Amino acid sequence: MSGAILSALGALLEGVRFLFAHGGPNVIMIAVACAMFWLAIAKRVEPLLLLPIAFGCLLVNLPLSEVMAPGGVLKTLYDFGIGNELFPLLIFVGIGSMTDFTPLLANPRLLLFGAAGQLGIFITLLLALGLGFSKEEAVSVAAIGACDGPTVIFVSNMFAGMNKIPTAMVGALAVAAYSYMALVPVIQPPIMRLLTTRKEREVQMPSPKGKVSKAALIAFPVIVTAITGIIAPQGLPLMGMIMLGNFMKVSGVVPRLANAAENEIANIATLFLGLAIGGTMAGNQFLTRETLMVFGLGLAAITIDTVGGILLGKLWYLLSGGKVNPLVGAAGISAYPMAARLVQNEGQRWNKRNYLLMHAMAANTGGQIGSVMAAAIMLSLLKGLGVI
Amino acid sequence: MNNLTFGITMLVVGMGGTLATLFLLTLVIRALVTLFPVRPNEKEDKG
Repeated sequence: MSGAILSALGALLEGVRFLFAHGGPNVIMIAVACAMFWLAIAKRVEPLLLLPIAFGCLLVNLPLSEVMAPGGVLKTLYDFGIGNELFPLLIFVGIGSMTDFTPLLANPRLLLFGAAGQLGIFITLLLALGLGFSKEEAVSVAAIGACDGPTVIFVSNMFAGMNKIPTAMVGALAVAAYSYMALVPVIQPPIMRLLTTRKEREVQMPSPKGKVSKAALIAFPVIVTAITGIIAPQGLPLMGMIMLGNFMKVSGVVPRLANAAENEIANIATLFLGLAIGGTMAGNQFLTRETLMVFGLGLAAITIDTVGGILLGKLWYLLSGGKVNPLVGAAGISAYPMAARLVQNEGQRWNKRNYLLMHAMAANTGGQIGSVMAAAIMLSLLKGLGVI
Repeated sequence: MNNLTFGITMLVVGMGGTLATLFLLTLVIRALVTLFPVRPNEKEDKG
């Protein structure tokens, strides 16, 4: 009898024994989860995603946890919505319905900033290859330059599904992508000031002329989807879903669907995606040299994106005889509307009469389209080159 | 294909392709805005 009680107590203490014997990486990852809780709750850093990711990370790193074992709750969520790229695409429908392309349609030339803002993707790809990552790993890391979490997860998970990159790398990439997106207000302003002169930052741009008709707003998502499908069919799910969300919103005839995409669907997908991504952060697989390199390269990607946008802005400033404020180029990334607001704040800091918001919004929505287009083109090139 | 050739190809064709596609889109947007101008009643609605 006493033997049975002792062995039952022993079973209860199995987790503690494991923690002392092999739990070093788990303890570190639990500390990482706590740091993410602090960032999400105390600092409000992307709490919608960081909080569930951190909780998933906590769950998977508790000793003897089976949440990511076959049949475990996080493994089921992973297979259900990450393994087949469903959750990132559902989030894209929500993003599309939250995005207003009116400033872009009123000032289409600013769409080109959305291309310059993707320079970080392709330069980081070269850097990652130089550091010894495989082609598929390098493309996944480079996708952080899209400044778009769902894009990173979509691309990296596609390779994880083909066993071309480790599953744990998807978690590292997602956390890096979302962390740097949240840190855009910290990363961008010093680069803006470093690369522009005071005279350039003070340039006032006139308000965009002309309104946009409802018909043009409705036709836009359909045409963008068709063009993406023809030029880069591998990225059609990404662009198609973001444009579907926008199409539902601007059509004005399915407000319930647009609201559901923006709220319930996006929220549920975000929760499940966060938990499942956190589940890939098991200490023994996550704590590697590659993870540190992913974080370093992610920072480089977003920095180079900003540099690319501002340099195009400076070129435009010169060609237009000083009529374009180069700061607007910094908004050509996908962090919407954060990057646009930063440009507005930075412009007003140097010239109180400066009102760059609508121009920056146009560049910012251009950045959203540009990032998805760059990922789509990258995937289609990989297919063309026989890599996937 | 070695990594350097792959990286340069992706940089040139990828960045060039993105830029060219977005330039094409700017032309499409201009065409759309011309094809579907704002009607007077839309202006009143917004005003």
